[in-house]
Amino acid sequence: MSIPVIIFSFLIFPGFLFTAVIGLFLTWVDRKVTARVQMRVGPPWYQPFADFLKLLLKETTIPEGAQKTVFLLAPLLGIIALPIVAVMLFSMNINPYYSFVGDLIVIIYLLTLPPLGIIIGGSASKNPLSAVGASREMTQYFGYELPFLAAILVSVVKTGSIRIGDIVLYQQLHGSILYSISGVIAAIVALICIQAKLGYVPFDIAEAEQEIMAGPLLEYSGVSLALFRLSRAMMFFLLPLFLITLFWGGFADLWAIPKFLLIIVLIILIKNTNPRLRIDQALKFFWVGLGSISLISIILALLKL
Amino acid sequence: MRDLKLWGLKKSPWVFHVAAASCNNCDIEILDVLTPRFDVERFGIVLVGSPRHADALLVTGVLNRKSLPRVLRVYEQTPKPCLVIGVGTCTCSKHMFRASYNTVGPYDKYIPVDVFIPGCPPKPEAIILGVVKALNKL
Repeated sequence: MSIPVIIFSFLIFPGFLFTAVIGLFLTWVDRKVTARVQMRVGPPWYQPFADFLKLLLKETTIPEGAQKTVFLLAPLLGIIALPIVAVMLFSMNINPYYSFVGDLIVIIYLLTLPPLGIIIGGSASKNPLSAVGASREMTQYFGYELPFLAAILVSVVKTGSIRIGDIVLYQQLHGSILYSISGVIAAIVALICIQAKLGYVPFDIAEAEQEIMAGPLLEYSGVSLALFRLSRAMMFFLLPLFLITLFWGGFADLWAIPKFLLIIVLIILIKNTNPRLRIDQALKFFWVGLGSISLISIILALLKL
Repeated sequence: MRDLKLWGLKKSPWVFHVAAASCNNCDIEILDVLTPRFDVERFGIVLVGSPRHADALLVTGVLNRKSLPRVLRVYEQTPKPCLVIGVGTCTCSKHMFRASYNTVGPYDKYIPVDVFIPGCPPKPEAIILGVVKALNKL
């Protein structure tokens, strides 16, 4: 690829701009479905864009005694990492031969950057509640990463490759990984881990509004808060796509759209029908509950079930 | 640019609830406004947990010597531009505590208040009307 193509794909399609617009639109879908579940009308379609615009044009305050540089640079981690994930996912689904050895691992590493940004920002803002939120976010991160990696390992074991292109090709030839016992278990585990990665309700422990106000984002305002919300919205678009790529046959054809909407609605319904867990309950749930289930699914995958 | 800013502010005013020593009646009515029955998320109004995220402060209660510095601090922590909406008769005056040594008078002696909503407590419809008036003032 030539350099202008690389810059175009990072900044516009399928990189920053495309992911941001679709992600913000999906947060509207989230709020609207939430409103319908609660028998309300809900916000109009331009609501997330109005929120984003308003935050961009507001004053950005820096708390007294905070680490200024770190505080202001922390939101950029997620914003820089997620367009790269988008470019890799799209190019490898449209043309699986673009794939290189180990790109799955690169994507897993890039997906850990947004929570890392939240942890760094929360710790840098010199607020006790932010620090509590950051420590909760870190604990929860160590919790959900184990079953998430184990679930990804199932599709690696089944295809025998750590290239996303090979995983997509295998599914085009032999049918989706989801249509097997180990695949179903792994996909469910990965869906719950995605819920935690997004910080949605049973696992919004880090920014529990009723306990620690807004957690790590407590001291953020204006542009930096807008960037945090934008990176959350982009994750909401990219993580279901990642799930489809790994377990449900990639998204090169139009069938991907109903699959994608189904996953989105499942995430929103889980969010709306569950109470928040405590941090120790969440850790126990991830390590003991989901961890053992995902181990069973790996064993099943090794037995070719 | 200015139009865009106004549009953003008008379409998504996030409110922070400053309960400065009120009797909790106005607070209950404010929570009433946020329930599905009145559904203010239609207009983009969301209750946020931190004054740093807020565009409008809903203040309640009689201002006294103890709560004045806290209210001033929350007002200073809120990023500008921000609206201040006084909910309840207490915010307009000293109400029934006018003879007390501890009250220090209405809010607009200390911070710029955009709209007062009288009533003890005001009805949810009155609170929504007050917020609409404050947004029209922008």
